[in-house]
Amino acid sequence: MRGICKRFGAVAANADVNLAVRAGTVHGIVGENGAGKSTLMSVLYGFYPADSGTVAVFGTEAQIHNADDAIALGIGMVHQHFMLVDTLSALDNVMLGAEPHWLLHKAAAPVRAGLESLMQSTGLRVPLDALVADLAVGDRQRLEILKALYRGARILILDEPTAVLTPQETLQLFDVLRQLRAQGTTVILITHKLKEVMALCDQVTVMRGGRVVQEMPIAQASVEGLAQAMVGRKVQLGRAADASKAVPQSTAKALLQARALSIRDAMGVLRLQQVDVDLFPGEIVGVAGVAGNGQSELLDVLCGLRSPDSGSLALGAQQFAPPSWLDPRHARSLGLAHVPEDRHARALVMDFAAWESAVLGYEHTPQNSRGPWLRRQAAQAATAALMERFDVRPRNGRLNSSKFSGGNQQKLVLARELGQAPAVLLVGQPTRGVDIGAIEFIYAQLRALRDAGGAVLLVSSELDEILALSDRVLVMNQGRITGVLPIAECTEARLGLLMAGSAA
Amino acid sequence: MKDALPRWADVALLPAVCLVVALLAAGAVVALVGQNPWQVLAALVQGAFGSARGLSYTLYYTTSFIFTGLAVAVAFHGGLFNIGGEGQATLGGLGVALVALACAPVLPAWAMLPLMLLAGALFGMVWAAIPAYLQAYRGSHVVITTIMFNFLASTLVVYLLVKHLRPPGNMAIESLPFAPSAILPSAQAALARLGVEWPSSPLNTSFLLSLAACAAVYVFLWHTRAGYRLRAVGASPGAAAYAGIRPQGQVMLAMAISGALAGMVGMNEVAGVSGKLVLEFVSGAGFTGIAVALMGRNHPLGIVLSSLLFGALFQGGAEVAFDVPGFSRDMVVMLQGFVVLFSGAMTYVIAPPLAWVLRGAGLARTHHG
Repeated sequence: MRGICKRFGAVAANADVNLAVRAGTVHGIVGENGAGKSTLMSVLYGFYPADSGTVAVFGTEAQIHNADDAIALGIGMVHQHFMLVDTLSALDNVMLGAEPHWLLHKAAAPVRAGLESLMQSTGLRVPLDALVADLAVGDRQRLEILKALYRGARILILDEPTAVLTPQETLQLFDVLRQLRAQGTTVILITHKLKEVMALCDQVTVMRGGRVVQEMPIAQASVEGLAQAMVGRKVQLGRAADASKAVPQSTAKALLQARALSIRDAMGVLRLQQVDVDLFPGEIVGVAGVAGNGQSELLDVLCGLRSPDSGSLALGAQQFAPPSWLDPRHARSLGLAHVPEDRHARALVMDFAAWESAVLGYEHTPQNSRGPWLRRQAAQAATAALMERFDVRPRNGRLNSSKFSGGNQQKLVLARELGQAPAVLLVGQPTRGVDIGAIEFIYAQLRALRDAGGAVLLVSSELDEILALSDRVLVMNQGRITGVLPIAECTEARLGLLMAGSAA
Repeated sequence: MKDALPRWADVALLPAVCLVVALLAAGAVVALVGQNPWQVLAALVQGAFGSARGLSYTLYYTTSFIFTGLAVAVAFHGGLFNIGGEGQATLGGLGVALVALACAPVLPAWAMLPLMLLAGALFGMVWAAIPAYLQAYRGSHVVITTIMFNFLASTLVVYLLVKHLRPPGNMAIESLPFAPSAILPSAQAALARLGVEWPSSPLNTSFLLSLAACAAVYVFLWHTRAGYRLRAVGASPGAAAYAGIRPQGQVMLAMAISGALAGMVGMNEVAGVSGKLVLEFVSGAGFTGIAVALMGRNHPLGIVLSSLLFGALFQGGAEVAFDVPGFSRDMVVMLQGFVVLFSGAMTYVIAPPLAWVLRGAGLARTHHG
């Protein structure tokens, strides 16, 4: 790809980007959110045309107008969110859109044969007749890769492929990718996990602000160097940034104590099984686990959004047990704040001005309302102060919440929740879709609350994040707590085994 | 690309462009049937605004549209599509009439009229509260139930009129006329008091009431905590639940206010114009309210403007059908249909090319990501 430019109005998402990927290599592309990685890949895959620049595939210049062109050229893409139909079988999903015969039963046989031989040669094994809904996440990803390969992909683009995998599954995926490379497939890996780039890639390109800022063979790269190139300055995210040496006092009374929480979903499946959680003053408790193993339900139950089927909760001096569970407003009045996992659907009202989102959940406090009236001026002034304190940019409380970047939205949410000086803070995926600069800031805020004697429950699917922040780690698998470890005993391998459900 | 239009263009320019496109399309049809579009347009504007009498009729239509448009808008801010404005307005008229018939002989006008307003709002509110309850606590979709309730309202009023309210021996299906204390002052009477001479028309003081309702809705939605919560539920049910706002209560509240606003149509049509309960007095205003709210972007100010437009189309259209030979009543309905189509449904088709034009002119920039 040479001289790719793509502008969205005044914003240059890609400015004169050159990318050369050698055939038969694994090429990593790293950068923060909004650095232009996705735009570049979208141009390559034909989602939108570049304003200028050329693309050459296997040495010949190509015009890629849509995904069909890309597939015809041998480019396959595995999206971060799988593009699979849950109610169809694995085989049908591969066939979908590329049926070799209009009668399905005649189409199935050659596809099956082709897939069998592909699975043979690549080692990617997927049960072809199982419904996608019944497949494990790792299987679904292998299916996506198979689908791309079956359609003749010789260049495979993987967008954040490890976000949903356990460390063990990640290693398996890397083995597969290495094997594909050995067979001549070219892999482009988009990621923000620098350790994975170091482990797998041959060559790495760093993007920032729509430009390529660095490109080098992996032998010359280091995690620190890449991180610095991504952000444009030195960053410190690990435990080293944690200046405090405070040791949590487990002799103190727990701020929050949950016992034997169980909940079934609408289908009758147990999502939480006998979960115990204790939060003591002055500690950050990490909840590790592959997404979808009950962490979201745990947050919902603890913040009062859902009542469990059984169990009990002690919050401050209050006791709760179903059927009279606490509700979110009551929880807030007891000093429990919550930064939810889903910023867009829960934490902010996207159509509201920032100041309106900044009083969400606290609209009834004396600061924000008097009698039936909303104190608009006071709330706007308070939001301005919060924006200043938490460095939310742009500092415009009248701007729609949706107009802020992910990092600034998250800072606004954090500002709102921490602004009330809570005793307990529940945090879900605090840095999802947030750039590194903001991550540093968010980490510092969580540690500050901890050091001030608050308790933080941190749910994250990023193991690095858990390891960097937690004082104690709970590991969840299929709704159960499979292990509780002090941070000193946590290793990635050990947590990974617990996440996969085996005893440590 | 949803946010591609700057705010001023979204609020002012887009509706104007939609209107122009609608007029062009309607003009083309008019030309096709062999009429002169300019002549028709001129007759329309002249009929709607050209005389005090025409203007009065326009504002009279506008009054009902403001009430029903506000009703749709309030429900919409709560995330609900209230198609039942027609039925709620019918019930509102019934409430107004029942109070007028029961109390007017004994109470003076200053006590009578507020009481009738209250009754109209209350009846509309109750009629909307039933579908609201079914939505909030039983999950029956409010679109379906409010449509059903339109039919129920219509047949209920027919039954009551035929069986109970019609004076014995009267052939016309209507109630007894109200006592003078139960009739809203007409514009003619009200302006005469101020020394202004004004022709006789259906326009009455409920027009002022509709403007007051606009102001009240604005203050409620954007300056009260209850309005904030209602909008939060409508804009993001997930975020509202997270904030501890119970959606059921907000559904009830939004529909109750919506029904009350629709019920106030009764003040205009029953207490202001006919002075008795008649059949089908809402005559479609409940449905026009949907188009009014759509075009007015669910904002009270926008609703005043779009109500005025629709009022002008109704009044001017009637004049055109009368003045221009060969231009039938159906052509007027076609014209109104085009305006609804383009300003309501086609807005999102027209917005992208408009954004493209503005970008080309350097007046707008794209937001993305």
